[in-house]
Amino acid sequence: MTLLAAILARAAKAAITLLMIVILNFFLIHAAPGDPAAVMAGENGAADQIYIDQLRAQFGLDQPLYVQFYKYVGGVLQLDLGYSYRQQMPVLDLILDRLPATLLLTMTAFGMSLLLGVVFGLAAAARVGRWSDSAITGMALLFYATPLYWVALMAVLLFSVQLNWLPAFGYESVGAGYTGLAMVLDRLRHLALPALTLGLFFMAVYLRMTRSSVLEVSQMDFVKTARAKGLSEGIIRRRHILRNALLPVVTLAGLQAGQLVGGAVLTETVFAWPGIGRLMFDSLTARDYNTLLGVFLVSAAMVILFNILTDIVYRLIDPRIAAGGAA
Amino acid sequence: MKKLITATFVSLGLAAAAQAQDAGGRLDIVVQPEPPSLMLGLVSNGPTQLVAGDIYESLLRYDTDLNPQPSLAKSWEISEGGLTYTFHLRDGVKWHDGAPFTAADVVFSADVFLRKTHARLRVSLEHVDSITAPDDLTVVFQLKEPFGPFIGVFEAGTMPMVPEHIYKDTDFANNPANNTPIGTGPFKFDKWEKGSYIHLVKNEDYYLDGQPYLDEIYYRVIPDAAARAVAFENGDVNVLPGGSIENWDVARLIKMDNVCSTGKGWEYFAPHALAWLNNREGPTSHKEFRQALMYAIDREFVKDVIWNGYGTVATGPISSRTKFYSDDVNHYDYNPDKARALLKQMGYDGTPVRILPLPYGETWKRWGEAMKQNLEEVGVSVDMVASDVAGWNQKLGDWDYDIAFTYMYQYGDPALGVARNYLASNIAKGSPWNNVEGYANPELDAKWAAAAIEPDVAKRQTLYDEIQSEIVEDVPVAWLLEIEFPTIYRCDVKDLVTTAIGVNDGARDAWIEK
Repeated sequence: MTLLAAILARAAKAAITLLMIVILNFFLIHAAPGDPAAVMAGENGAADQIYIDQLRAQFGLDQPLYVQFYKYVGGVLQLDLGYSYRQQMPVLDLILDRLPATLLLTMTAFGMSLLLGVVFGLAAAARVGRWSDSAITGMALLFYATPLYWVALMAVLLFSVQLNWLPAFGYESVGAGYTGLAMVLDRLRHLALPALTLGLFFMAVYLRMTRSSVLEVSQMDFVKTARAKGLSEGIIRRRHILRNALLPVVTLAGLQAGQLVGGAVLTETVFAWPGIGRLMFDSLTARDYNTLLGVFLVSAAMVILFNILTDIVYRLIDPRIAAGGAA
Repeated sequence: MKKLITATFVSLGLAAAAQAQDAGGRLDIVVQPEPPSLMLGLVSNGPTQLVAGDIYESLLRYDTDLNPQPSLAKSWEISEGGLTYTFHLRDGVKWHDGAPFTAADVVFSADVFLRKTHARLRVSLEHVDSITAPDDLTVVFQLKEPFGPFIGVFEAGTMPMVPEHIYKDTDFANNPANNTPIGTGPFKFDKWEKGSYIHLVKNEDYYLDGQPYLDEIYYRVIPDAAARAVAFENGDVNVLPGGSIENWDVARLIKMDNVCSTGKGWEYFAPHALAWLNNREGPTSHKEFRQALMYAIDREFVKDVIWNGYGTVATGPISSRTKFYSDDVNHYDYNPDKARALLKQMGYDGTPVRILPLPYGETWKRWGEAMKQNLEEVGVSVDMVASDVAGWNQKLGDWDYDIAFTYMYQYGDPALGVARNYLASNIAKGSPWNNVEGYANPELDAKWAAAAIEPDVAKRQTLYDEIQSEIVEDVPVAWLLEIEFPTIYRCDVKDLVTTAIGVNDGARDAWIEK
């Protein structure tokens, strides 16, 4: 199958999957107790039936569920994700507003965890059995096993409260009015702790996977053959071992990449990072149906997109897949 | 017409007498959760009022003893018999877009806009016959009958002034101007970076000379309670409004250097924690069970341990900070033996009761657990029900609970914020703020109604004394605690809390010592 045909086939399947996701999510969300009007009325500290009815009419919740469903799906098909009455703006604008912050955080964490994970994994594999290997795998185990929430709080306690090196929350110094390089540096300082917190876990995952995968591939016959041919150790590592050992890492990275847009609810909450994950969580507690559905839809689309990208990367790393042999 | 009460204050003179204020500087205040909107006429929840209190104003403010003070009205008169309220507006007040603020705006706000959008004011406006503007600076509220609490409804969250020239003949809820609120207040809306902060800047044309003193205010959105405490510790924010951090952090932060706190600024709201007891069905429908519950729960313990000593154990429906409070009631002191005896007398058969805690963080969760333990100690079996805010609202609105925690604002007067929870006419599904427990007592209903329209203050007090003594006997709900939410701030911030609604009244008087 050619690359283009494969992509087209996947895209067709993806469209159907997305539609199913929209339908399923719509009914799941409406099954949750309480609706946005009741939440808003509840928050007001005083409410009567007139007020709640006004809100329901304003939000369109006074119509039968099938009418709401029909309107929503009709809108989505025209790329209109609806209006968030909670946030008083169109859902698409809201998501696009929050997306850059989330992407900055998750991409940084993703890049960092992948790079450090693979590098340390290779280093550990090369020194297998020695104390440096034990130190690296021990560290990985620690990061793997520690809850994210706790790491975040401890990092804040150490780097912000005790040492005062890094800001504890937010994504910029509010009202500082930095521009140019100063602004970039300011953002980076704010990015450090959340990205580190988010990245550590996945770094540990990639590290352990790279290490075990490299060790496994090193024992294989074709590596022995290569060695018997008299190839240099460096070439064997790069061409024979690494390339084969990276396949499972790419699979996992693809899975993680799909979640990049969904944001990181916990990290974004602890560090007051204004991203999609928090938007989703706030929308859930407020029963902000349209926003929640919008976030789900965009995240689902991204998962599918990254799955397709992962497949393409597979083909580049392992030509057998393109030939249809190993797939 | 003889003028019974004439009040004219010159607030500038009062303020200037104290100390010369330094101008400039900025406040960073935590707002939690992020408000859904800043249009105070449409949304009146806590976070909205905290921010919008700087933008919008009403005719009056109230000092911490609930006495009315001038705001947009410089003086006012109440006629003998209490039927006519005449307000004289300040001259030269401008909306943030430069248009003049006049009596027509007041009539529009109260009679047209808020009558349509404001559930709580709508109830008070039922006593009003007409609202008129004889001239640009005079507004007259003509009442159908005397309604003593009426002087208490001119607070910014209850009757915010909204601009007629922007809202007249529009769809209020969907007016695009809601995103750029225009008020008369000391600060103007500048920018809302959703998920991060709301920025307000000084209103240079404010009608009080030299005020506001601050240049700008940032309301910071920080979703995690521990992170909010850290933000204050690090100096990122200098004001934590009441209730924005967990209680154990309050105890820790106020011990730090250069940290001040005050319990003032909640007198108008007088948050009153209570547990709804479902009077319709299950064990809680028995009076003996409800009385037993009152004796079984150790409210002093809750105050000292869960609330770190803040607050006062409630004695009945009316808070001691609200007008017409009476202490002459049965005090349900912690007495498990008495509780057991009452349960025996009732013939309690071990039917489990469900406790629904308030989903507002750790403190409330622990409170639910404390009550569970207390009840189990006297032999009541208890199931805890978990929910989020939406689910909690739904369950209360559907009366699907046995015992449910909440807290209610009293708005300075029993007729405004207390009677609503006990009148049989207020039993209706769908709201967590009315007579949720389903208590019906026609004799007391008549007394609540009589007290609301009784012009004589002493007679009102007598009526409320009788009501309190009788209702406390019936225990329609379990009164728990008069909550105190200390406002925590850096000590160089001065005059932050000057009224009965504290930081919610805006930072008009606040300044930072250089």
